[in-house]
Amino acid sequence: MKEVIVVLGGGPAGMEAALSLAGRGYKVYLVEKTNALGGHLACWDRLFPQQEPAQDILNELVNKVRAADDRIEVVYGAELQYVKRRMRGLEVMLSNQTLLQADAVLVACGFDLFRAERKEEYGYGIYENVLTSADLERKFKERKVVCADGRTPEKVAFVHCVGSRDEKVDHTYCSKVCCVTAVKQACEIKELYPEAEVFNLYMDLRMFDRYFEQMYHKAQSHYGVHFVRGRLSEVSETIDGKILIKTEDTLLGRPMKLTVDMLVLMVGMQACAGTAELAERLDLKVSASDHFFETKDLFLRGNHTHAKGIFLAGACTGPKSLPDTLQDARSAAESIHRYLND
Amino acid sequence: MKLEGKKLIWKDYQKEIPDDKYFYVRSCIRQNMFPASEHYFLKIMREDLGKDVYETEHHTTCGGIGYHCDVIKIETIMSIVARQFALMTEAGYKNYAVSCITSFGLYTEIIHTWQTFPEILAKTRRQLKEATGREFEIPEHVAHASDIIFKLRHEIAAKAKYRLVNKKTGEPLKVVEHIGCHYAKMFPHKGVGGAEYPYVLAGMIEAWGGEIVDYPERRHCCGFGFRQYFVKSNRGYSLSNTHKKFESMEPFKPDMIITNCPGCPYFMDRWQYVIAETEGKTYGENGRGIPVFTYEEVAGLVMGYDPWDLGLQVHQIGPESVLDKMGIPYDPEAKYKGLDGQDLGRPEMPKNISCC
Amino acid sequence: MKDFGFGLKKSGVIDLDQTDWTLLREIAAEEPSFMNCFYCGTCTATCSAGKYTGFNLRRLQLLIKRGQWDEVARRIPECMLCGKCQWVCPKGVNTRHIVMLINKKLHARKIC
Repeated sequence: MKEVIVVLGGGPAGMEAALSLAGRGYKVYLVEKTNALGGHLACWDRLFPQQEPAQDILNELVNKVRAADDRIEVVYGAELQYVKRRMRGLEVMLSNQTLLQADAVLVACGFDLFRAERKEEYGYGIYENVLTSADLERKFKERKVVCADGRTPEKVAFVHCVGSRDEKVDHTYCSKVCCVTAVKQACEIKELYPEAEVFNLYMDLRMFDRYFEQMYHKAQSHYGVHFVRGRLSEVSETIDGKILIKTEDTLLGRPMKLTVDMLVLMVGMQACAGTAELAERLDLKVSASDHFFETKDLFLRGNHTHAKGIFLAGACTGPKSLPDTLQDARSAAESIHRYLND
Repeated sequence: MKLEGKKLIWKDYQKEIPDDKYFYVRSCIRQNMFPASEHYFLKIMREDLGKDVYETEHHTTCGGIGYHCDVIKIETIMSIVARQFALMTEAGYKNYAVSCITSFGLYTEIIHTWQTFPEILAKTRRQLKEATGREFEIPEHVAHASDIIFKLRHEIAAKAKYRLVNKKTGEPLKVVEHIGCHYAKMFPHKGVGGAEYPYVLAGMIEAWGGEIVDYPERRHCCGFGFRQYFVKSNRGYSLSNTHKKFESMEPFKPDMIITNCPGCPYFMDRWQYVIAETEGKTYGENGRGIPVFTYEEVAGLVMGYDPWDLGLQVHQIGPESVLDKMGIPYDPEAKYKGLDGQDLGRPEMPKNISCC
Repeated sequence: MKDFGFGLKKSGVIDLDQTDWTLLREIAAEEPSFMNCFYCGTCTATCSAGKYTGFNLRRLQLLIKRGQWDEVARRIPECMLCGKCQWVCPKGVNTRHIVMLINKKLHARKIC
C-alpha cells in the first residue's frame, strides 16, 4: 500500500499537487471546505497574459481530479480539526469527524482577497459604482459590464495597490498580480467599449513576467488607456452617482481630479482567515511581516515547513500568479515524494 | 449611496463618551462669533438634561492659535494644557469637555505624545510644578462638546419642540455637516464615526429629523488654516477652499449647514458674503446664502429657544429661511435688540446677497 | 464688485473632466508611436535644449495627454530638433515628428 497524503484546499494549488502526487501512485485526500473545487479561479472570467478563459483551465483540472478518483478522494465541506503525531506518520482529524492516517500533509489553503471596505476613503460598500477587480471579473463573466443604474460606462478608472504596499492596512508587500490584472481588465473594457476613456492609477507598474510588458505596451499604444502615476487619495459621489476621484499626477507634480462612471479597486491578496489558527494546529510559523506561512527557506526548501511531514503550496506562502501557483504545487509534490523516499 | 456601508464603518469608531460630570473649557473665539452657543450648551446640559458641568474663570486659552500660527512652541503649549488639566484635577473632575475643535485636537495629540513618550510627560509635570506649583492628572475621558450632544441627541429629540423638517411639505431638511479638521483627521479613533465618514453631526441630523447631504467636497477643509487666514495676503487661499466646498454642494441644494468647529462656521458664513460681493455668486434660494449653524444653535432651535436669544442675528447669512421652513416663530423687530431690549442698530446690508 | 484686497485663487488641480482630448487623439492618429512613451526621461536626460532651458520632452508629452496645452505652447519653440532624443528612446517614439506635429497643431489652433 502506497503512502497517504492529505491536501488541505481544493483550489488550483491543491488540485495540481493532488494530481502530481496521484501520478506518483500516492493516495490523496483532497479536503475542500466549500462544496466545489476551484477556489478563486472559479470566480474569474479570463486570465492574463493572453486572455485564456479561466473556465477551461478549471475544467481541465477538475476533470483530471475526477478521472483519478481511484487515487484522489475529494472530501467536501470539511476543514482540518487537528493533527496528532503517531509512531509512524500523522493522525489527521477533519471537522466532519473523518479520521485519516497520513504520511504527509500539504497545506494549499490559498489566499483571501483584501477587503476593500478597509480602505474607507475609497468608498467601497458605500458608493455603488465603486467595485473591486473581483466584482468586475464577475461582471465580465456574466457579460454585463454596466454601472449600478444600468448605464454603459463612459469613463472607468482602475486603482492599483488597494490593500497592497500600504502600512495603513498592515500589508506592506506587493500582491504581484494586481498590476497585470488591471492592465488586462482595462484592455477588456476598451474591447467592450472602444469609446470609453480608461485610466489606470498606479504607483509603479510591476510588469515582471513573460508577456506582461507587451500587454502594457498594447494597452497604451493599441487601446489608448491613460496611465497616471499617482495613488488615489479619496473618493466621493457626485449628485448623479458618478465617482469623483483625487490623485496626484506625480510625473507632472500636480494634483488631479477626475469623475468616472465606474471605479475599480485592484484588491490585493492577504493570508486567508484561518492562517493563524491552522499554524497553531500544525505547528507552523507565520511571517511577522506579511502574515503568510513561513517556508523553511526561500531557495531549496520553498515548500517545506519547520514541522516534519507538513508541506506548503501555492498562495498560502505569499502572493502568486496562477502559473506560479501551479508550478509551486508540482514542486511541493516533488518535495513530498523526496521526503517519503529518503 | 448605501447607508449600510457607512454604518459598518461607524461601528469601528465607537468612542466612550460619559454622559455626565464634565469639566468644561470654552473656546477663545467662539464667544465672539457665536455668542450664545457655549451658553446654550451649558443651559441645555444643566437645566434641560440635569447634568453636572463645571467651569472655572481660571481657564485660559489652550494656546492652539499660537501653535498653529507657528508662534508658540509645543513645550509651552504642553505646560498650558497641563495647567488646564490641573484646574480639572483641583475641581475633582475626570471628564474633560472641550468646546473648540482645535483645542480638542491639541489635547488629544498632547495626551498621545505623553503616553508615547513618558519622559516628555515627566518634563511637563516638572515645568508646571516649577512655574505654578500645580499638579495634574490626565483626564480619563476627553470629549468634544459635540460628542456629548451626539451622545445625548435622543434625549434632546425626546424634548424637541421642532424638527429639522419642512413644516409645510413634511420633507426632511437637507443638511450639510461639516466637521473641523482637527476633530478626527489626526486621530480617527478619537472621533465619533472616524475621519472619513464622521457620524458626530450626522447622528444629530438623523435624530432630529433632517437628511444628510453627502457632497463630493464634504471632507475638504473650510480653509481657515490659521496662518492662511490671519495674514491678509494669504486670505485668498482660505476663501478659495470655502468656495470649492460651496461649488461642490450647490447642486444638492442644501437647506442649512451644521458645523462643530469655531473657524468653519465663521468662514462658511462670512465667505459667502465675500464670494457674493466679489464674484456675484450666491448659493441659497432667491439670492440668499445657505445659513450656517453651530450644533449648539441647532440643538437650541430644536429645543424651542428663541432664535435671537441663541445669537443667530450675528450670522452674516440670516437664519430666517431655516426658521420659516421649520415653522419656528420669531419677531423680526426683535432681531437687533439686545438682551435688555435696547436697539443695537442695524448692520449695513450687502449688495449681492440677501441676508435675512 | 468689492475689492477686499484678496480674492479667489486659481486652482492648480488638473481637472481631467475639463480636458480636451482632441490634440492627443490627432497626434496619436498621425504618429502612433506617441502613445508608446512610458516616461523614463531618457529623452530629457540627453536633450541639449533641456540643459539651458525648461524644455522637457517627457513632460511635454504628458502635458498633451492631460490637455495642458499652455505650457506646451510656451516650451515647444525651445526644441532644436537635433534628434538625439529619438536615438536614445527605448520605446521607438518618433520624437522629432511629434515636436513638428505639436507645432503644427498649436499653430492651427492659434495657441502659439
